[in-house]
Amino acid sequence: MVDLPSNETAPAHPWENSPVLAVEHVFMRFGGLVAVNDLSFSVGRGDITALIGPNGAGKTTVFNCITGFYKPTQGMLRLEHASGATFLLERMPDFRISAKAKVARTFQNIRLFSGMTLLENLLVAQHNTLMLASGMTILGVLGLPAYRNAEKKAVERAKYWLDKTGLTARADDPAGDLPYGAQRRLEIARAMCTEPELLCLDEPAAGLNPRESAELNALLLGIRETEKTSILLIEHDMSVVMEISDHVIVLEYGTKIADGTPSEVRNDPRVIAAYLGVDDEEVEIVEEKLDQIIEGAAS
Amino acid sequence: MAAEGTANKHGPDIAAAVKDALLSGLVALALFGPLVGLRTEQNIRNELAIQQRWGLVAAIVGTIVVGRFLLLTLVWPAMAARKQHQSTIPDTGPSTLRQAVSRWFAPASVVFLFLYPVLIVSALGFQGSLKWVDNFGIQILIYVMLGWGLNIVVGLAGLLDLGYVAFYAVGAYSYALLSSHFGLSFWILLPMAGIFAALWGIMLGFPVLRLRGDYLAIVTLAFGEIIRLVLINWRDFTNGSTGISSIPKVTLFGIKFDASPDGFAKMFDLPISSAYYKIFLYYLILLLALLTAFVTIRLRKLPVGRAWEALREDEIACRSLGINTTNTKLTAFALGAMFAGFAGSFFAARQGFVSPESFTFMESAIIVAIVVLGGMGSMVGVALAAVAMIGGTELLRELDFLKTIFGDNFDPSQFRMLIFGLAMVAVMIWKPRGFVSSRDPTIFLSEKKVISGSLVKEGHG
Repeated sequence: MVDLPSNETAPAHPWENSPVLAVEHVFMRFGGLVAVNDLSFSVGRGDITALIGPNGAGKTTVFNCITGFYKPTQGMLRLEHASGATFLLERMPDFRISAKAKVARTFQNIRLFSGMTLLENLLVAQHNTLMLASGMTILGVLGLPAYRNAEKKAVERAKYWLDKTGLTARADDPAGDLPYGAQRRLEIARAMCTEPELLCLDEPAAGLNPRESAELNALLLGIRETEKTSILLIEHDMSVVMEISDHVIVLEYGTKIADGTPSEVRNDPRVIAAYLGVDDEEVEIVEEKLDQIIEGAAS
Repeated sequence: MAAEGTANKHGPDIAAAVKDALLSGLVALALFGPLVGLRTEQNIRNELAIQQRWGLVAAIVGTIVVGRFLLLTLVWPAMAARKQHQSTIPDTGPSTLRQAVSRWFAPASVVFLFLYPVLIVSALGFQGSLKWVDNFGIQILIYVMLGWGLNIVVGLAGLLDLGYVAFYAVGAYSYALLSSHFGLSFWILLPMAGIFAALWGIMLGFPVLRLRGDYLAIVTLAFGEIIRLVLINWRDFTNGSTGISSIPKVTLFGIKFDASPDGFAKMFDLPISSAYYKIFLYYLILLLALLTAFVTIRLRKLPVGRAWEALREDEIACRSLGINTTNTKLTAFALGAMFAGFAGSFFAARQGFVSPESFTFMESAIIVAIVVLGGMGSMVGVALAAVAMIGGTELLRELDFLKTIFGDNFDPSQFRMLIFGLAMVAVMIWKPRGFVSSRDPTIFLSEKKVISGSLVKEGHG
């Protein structure tokens, strides 16, 4: 395999300084298949970072490693809160990553609690806070006011997010009754109810029409502005990626092939060849550039 | 257009119906001709003789032909038309009458249950009330309580537990052994039996809850059988299949229900009757069942209850939200087991005798059937299903008049399982999600809307 010049030689980007998440030399092997191959990148604090690449490039696998659904075969995932608390995600079980390290996620194929109302969905997301307030259930069964106050607060937070996502009118409907775009928004609202430090979105714009995906952009920018939550997202919709992200990482066959600002990545010939593609008349120009890079690396 | 098309398709087409009915008759003749028409019997000389019963065959085939014809020409078109009619009128939501029924049914039935012994006694007198309070009242309420307990595990948390009777057995044997060996009172042993059962629930839960769906069901089934086999074979401890007899009865603040001078009847100057004890037991199990209901209703509105339901809906999403799914499943298992333990100790005290015979897989199956039939997660539904299943069984014993029709050898309770099976198939066709298929939300912002059962998942273990 050709050793391409790595980005370490490139000028330092702002996200290298005190990143919220640092992924270092992560490998994920399934038997003989290497799904993620020596992947390192940083997610800047307060940035919107996009992870793109062709299907099967290992994007969702990276997400599953970050959120603890897979244990990486090798490598380190360091998460640092604004407060300075540091967590090594590869050592934590999945539910603790959400509860303690404050990483929230959504799923490529929406996973809502479809038989529960929108409000209930958002209350389940605040389980750990409410569980403490209910004195591990014992005080709650007795109906003490401490728990009732905590529940009121939780409902307030749920209302806040329902407002933000434009779902207040349907708060008492079952989540399974919502149209597709609204389900996507609800999933983001539910993840945000856990008060995450890092929000991981797996293809949030998949299946959305242009108007809905513009709304999604506004919602994500709003989350970054007001909640100071860092966002890591997987996306195929380039209008979303190029418009809102500060930092783009491109994967192919589990290997990182580009890492930079959207404009840097957009003009990278390797990314164009692997993923973005160009108009027919430009193909030769790109191929030439690519050859130069490969020759340069070989010599 | 579409309506016309379907109407034509389902409309009575007499010629086709006749053809179809005759064909069914032919199939029936081929099947029942040899099976029913020819019967081998020993005659007086001990020879095998063929008895021919063509009349019976003709009756069966005739019924099938006529039945099939009526189904095709009358019943099915009528049903299709009704369906058409229902789908054309917009769904205006439940009528006010239905709303009132669902609002007041539960409180009204609780009041009725408290008045039930009074009504029975005033109608039939103390002696006549025995059967109705004991066989119907107490027996049904035990299963209501077991159903509600298992409802936490199966209905709310979505974990299929086929060995629930094991915890019932733990409760029953805890009371039986501790009261007969150490003379402890029922009121101390009732919570202890619950705690023991809950501990067993946790012990079983730890290794088993990593499993999902069918695998969990099989292992819980095995656990139920293990408990029963231990009870049979550990003779020194449990007295084997002979069981434990003369288990002390329950006392009311130390007052015994017997003919002794300081017994209940003498104390209140009442004529001696065993009905007092039965009525006392009735109220005891009623209160225990209501405790189960109260705790369940309360827990559903607490984070742990919502986590159970969320677990039933989607376990992976739960973990992504920071819920410790193992602990959540264990609490459901332990709590369900605890109520079975309470019910078990009550059962032992009521029978005065326990043996492994009472804790077979059949019991587990009946309790699961009650939960499924009632509508998973619904308290009212489970209670109704318990009344239907257990009350139905008891009613079969009352159908003595059938002997005059079918002869003296006919025992309707022998047909219990057959009728159960048919009834369950019928219910599952008409009400695939059980008697009460909708789900009540635990909290609402502006308006409480009932959630249709089609959106609620059953859980995957």
